[in-house]
Amino acid sequence: MSTDQRLAPTPGQTVGPFFHYALPYDGDSALVPHGTAGAVRLHGTVLDGLGVPVPDAVVEVWQADPAGRVVQAAGSLHRDGYTFTGFGRCATDRTGRYSFTTLTPGGVDGGLPFFALAVFARGLLHRLTTRAYLPLPDGQDGDALLRAAGERRATLVAAADPDGYRFDVHLQGPDETVFLTVPGETVPGDRAS
Amino acid sequence: MDEISRKWAVTGEPEHQPRRDYPPYRSTLLRHPTKDPQQVDPEGVELWAPAFGQRDVDPLESDLTIQRGGEPLGERMVVTGRVLDGEGRPVRHQLVEIWQANAGGRYVHQRDQHPAPLDPNFTGMGRTLTDADGVYRFTTIKPGPYPWRNHHTAWRPAHIHFSVFGTEFTQRLVTQMYFPGDPLFALDPIYQSIVDPAARERLVATYDHDLTTHEWATGYRWDIVLTGSHRTPTEDDTEGDL
Repeated sequence: MSTDQRLAPTPGQTVGPFFHYALPYDGDSALVPHGTAGAVRLHGTVLDGLGVPVPDAVVEVWQADPAGRVVQAAGSLHRDGYTFTGFGRCATDRTGRYSFTTLTPGGVDGGLPFFALAVFARGLLHRLTTRAYLPLPDGQDGDALLRAAGERRATLVAAADPDGYRFDVHLQGPDETVFLTVPGETVPGDRAS
Repeated sequence: MDEISRKWAVTGEPEHQPRRDYPPYRSTLLRHPTKDPQQVDPEGVELWAPAFGQRDVDPLESDLTIQRGGEPLGERMVVTGRVLDGEGRPVRHQLVEIWQANAGGRYVHQRDQHPAPLDPNFTGMGRTLTDADGVYRFTTIKPGPYPWRNHHTAWRPAHIHFSVFGTEFTQRLVTQMYFPGDPLFALDPIYQSIVDPAARERLVATYDHDLTTHEWATGYRWDIVLTGSHRTPTEDDTEGDL
């Protein structure tokens, strides 16, 4: 179907300051129960252009399982303690931090493993998406996105830490995270590179 | 806001999304990326969306008027519509979440300091799954407008927050639905951050008299179109978790 036959998309809007009683739910940030064998932590801080933590953001994670399978199991809102669904949601706390308890993703179809993230916040008029790649072995060049990101590629790679992975999200500023857009998606002011 | 609109009018290029950098909405100043996004062809997990099913959502969660002991105050209404991808295909069996202020314009939220009464019979949050045609339906109360501190005499137009997933993670959308004819539209920087009038009008629901029921509820219709899908939907998308 040609582009002009596509339906025009519904614009996004900010998640606003009052989502806390609606979006968070029991077990939202625990993709696996605490203490699960192989469980790791994916965590970080969401920061604004001055490096100040953003206490009213929501981070969502969507990932493959350790074998690189894209799980299509329901149960992301009703955690049963056994089913790994690959989805999690975490509102940042007063210090701008988010934290997921999860499993290390495998690469899908030969691609590099990464966590897909969506970020929402008061003051952010349309959600942002990015990838948190697992730390790369020394000398590895990465994939097309990492190569295209050039000197900013480090913002797309999580850092190994004793419990798992740390990935800070910089909405703005010198360390601004590389955010993603897909063909056909345009946000004004963005000149897709 | 007027100046930004005038500048846009000169080029008149369609703009489908809000400007993330929109100074009249003060909170954007330090929270909008300043660098261009990197265009990617979605791959791996991005080509799929999380799955939700009937175990996740109780059918009663789509009725926001029965969550507490009694009837909430305000104009009872039905809000319904379809969730579609850019090709016009229904997004089936996927999660839709909403949250909103009560009829007095007050949220059940610690930080909402608007001195309007809380309604003990209204939580203002609901969830549902779209059906096989991509249709969602909520029964709720019309939210009231409320003041906020963006600028002197700033009031938000009445709105309902929507959170929607598509068939791919790249289609993830959080947005707000508004009501037709609201006099606050022209003054609201969050609504006006979508500078293309054709695009922002897509956030306004339509009053539907056929949906209105006698002595019970008014009806509003609002369809949601997600950014065009690039993956051919599979059996999984069409059947879902039933």
